[in-house]
This record gives sequence, structure tokens and C-alpha cells, in this order.
Amino acid sequence: METYYNPADLNRFPEIGKDAPQLAAKFFDYYGAVFAEGALSEREKALIALAVAHAVQCPYCIDAYTRSCLEKGSNLEEMTEAVHVTNAIRGGASLVHGMQMRNIAEKISM
Amino acid sequence: MTFEQTLEQHKLALVRSATTTLQVNVGRLCNLACRHCHLEAGPHRDELMDAETVEEVIACAERLDFATIDITGGAPELLPHLPRLISGLRPHTPRLLIRTNLTALAGNKSEQLINLYRDNKLTIVASLPSINSAQTEAQRGNGVWESAIATLKLLNEAGFGVEGSGLKLDIAANPSGAFLPASQAETEQRFRRELERRYGISFSSLFSFVNVPLGRFHRWLESSGNLPDYLKNLKTRFNPCSVQGLMCRSTLSVDWQGYLYDCDFNQAVGLHHSGTAHHISQLQQLPQPGVRIPTQDHCFACTAGAGFTCTGSIDA
Repeated sequence: METYYNPADLNRFPEIGKDAPQLAAKFFDYYGAVFAEGALSEREKALIALAVAHAVQCPYCIDAYTRSCLEKGSNLEEMTEAVHVTNAIRGGASLVHGMQMRNIAEKISM
Repeated sequence: MTFEQTLEQHKLALVRSATTTLQVNVGRLCNLACRHCHLEAGPHRDELMDAETVEEVIACAERLDFATIDITGGAPELLPHLPRLISGLRPHTPRLLIRTNLTALAGNKSEQLINLYRDNKLTIVASLPSINSAQTEAQRGNGVWESAIATLKLLNEAGFGVEGSGLKLDIAANPSGAFLPASQAETEQRFRRELERRYGISFSSLFSFVNVPLGRFHRWLESSGNLPDYLKNLKTRFNPCSVQGLMCRSTLSVDWQGYLYDCDFNQAVGLHHSGTAHHISQLQQLPQPGVRIPTQDHCFACTAGAGFTCTGSIDA
């Protein structure tokens, strides 16, 4: 069945440079620099990327950073905790907006 | 593109350098049946080195000069002639290594074996794929984690892996799946921190190894649908700089029957040293540098990324 998401497209990501090669080059250079060892290790950055991938619900990123986390030595326990961090922030972000609801409701209620 | 074609493309050839290591594979019998095992060792196997071959291996070590002799298997602990092999080899090499899956070193012979290793100042290379019990047991079987941790504690108590004791305990870590290992330095740091923090266990060094797509691991890759991607990954990450440091260049590997190979992986597929079957009893001199090493596509596992040597990865 044809779907919008095709796993093979992940490896074709560099083709996004067609018709805008300079912009793509800038992006991929930056991308590479972001994930290089720095104050955070490559393993830590991959775990953050995995958590963000779940927040933005990008199947390509989830595929790529699940593999990357394992290759950089993380285990399923750590990766599952990272996804719970996503969940806590996403859930917390919804819940904390409840304060707006409460503020408005309190303002217009007797 | 085959491994040979890839070497040619980079104007490289895989040939022997000076031989410094003899790796002695005592057989396929093992108490575990790990899913990544290229030799398909396990409890159902009955291939084991006999007493005559043990003596031939010792005689070879006596007449030739090996800086390192490395005893592996299967599980070497299950070889009835192991005490003779160790005491026979010990005077003939400055560095005698023994591999262990840790669980074979547990049980009623534990104390006897650990004393044997300590008295002969062996370097122990213990397999532990992960500091995560689930990953470890996914690769090596149920119940392995607790047994492995208990044996590591016993080895520490005997002085192995304890700074200042002079007794080395190294850890060999293979990924528990169809992916390449993490950086050896970072992995060592994490294992050291976590094993110390959680269990008070110390060790000397850690070596990361790539899983070689042969034997039981090949079958798992095939049945899980990971084979094409794994092989592609190994080929894509071919690192020409790794070729110079490959273990097969300086190692002679002898099987349980006494036949010679350039490495344990060629042993698994029957690719003999120098292309024909030579027996260790006939080996009168070390192989000359420059002798070509037979290869197959499993060799991509040893050239992926940082590369693979008998003592772990090398810098790219």
C-alpha cells in the first residue's frame, strides 16, 4: 500500500539539495556540527534527538535516532526514559495551559 | 563490490605482517548459545581439542616465538585438558590470555579455575556486551546477567582487574543487535562508572568488537530481516586505514583439530591459512610477512569504522 512516508526516503535526504544546493549545504554543515562531540557527548546528543523526534513525531527521525542511540552505546532503558521525558514535557505543556483556563474561568465566574 | 574488489579499489592488499600471536580455539562446546556467535558454539556441540593436539600446540609454542597466546572457544573452561594446556603454554610466552563468557567460570569448578588462572598469571578477557541486563540476556540467554556479575565479583576478589595486583581482567563488548559498537573509549568509561557504582566491580580495559555476519549471527540477521542493511552498513563504513592494524595480519589461529587459519572468522568458514590445510605439528617457522591472507565478505566486519584487532578497535 502506498503511503506518504517511505522508509527509503530517509537515505535520500541529501537530494533535498537539488534546486537549492547552497541552502542545503549550509543546513547539512550546521547539522553535522550540532551533532559533533562538544560539551555534550555524541551519545547524549543522540538521546536528546530521539526525545525531540518523538515530540515532533517524525518517523524518519525516530528511525535514524533509534539506530544512532544504539550505535552510540545507549540501551533501551535509557531510550525509553528519554521518550518519557518527551511525554512529560508534552503532557505538562498541555496541563500547564490549564492555568489559562482557570484564570479566564475565574475572571468571568462569580 | 566484494571485499577483495574494495581493497583493490583502495590500492590495498591484505597480507601478513610479523606473526606475534597464536590464538588457540579449543573447540565449539559452550554452555551458552549466544545469538551473535560466528562459530555457532553451544551445549550441543562436541568438537573439543584432544590431548594429542593440546601437546602439539604446546610443542609449537615451545619451538616458535609468540609474544601472545590467546586461548578461546567455545568455552575453554569446558576443555578437560585446560590445566595441561595452560601449564604447558605458560613458560613459552610472556602474555597468556584466556577468554571467558563468565558463566562457564561459575559453578563448582569456579575456585579451582580462578586459582589456576591466578597462579599462571593469565590475562582474562571476559565477554559482557552491555551494562544493561536486558541487552546482555537478549544476546547471551536468560540468567546470564546475574551469573556474569557474580563471576566478575569473584575475579575481583581474586585480584583480577584490581589496580596494583598485576592481574588483568579485560572486558570484550559486542553490540546486542544489528548495529556497530559505540566508541571504545566512551564505552569503557561508561562500563567503568556503572559497574563500579552499581556493583563495586573494577576491570583493566574494555575492547569493543563488531559482530561478524557468520554462523548464528548471520542466521539471526537473515530471519530478522536485518541482513541486507547490516551488510550495506559494514560496506559503507569501510575504512582503508583499518587494514594495516587488522589482527589477521599478526595472528595465527589454530582450531580444535590443530589446523591453521589467519583468524577465528576464517576458521568459521574453513578458509585456511595460506589457502591450504596446514597442521600445527608441521609448522616449523612463523609465516613470512607478505603472505596473502584469504578473504571473504565477512572481512568487511573488521574494516568498518575504527576497525578490529585482536585487542579491540584501533584509531581510524
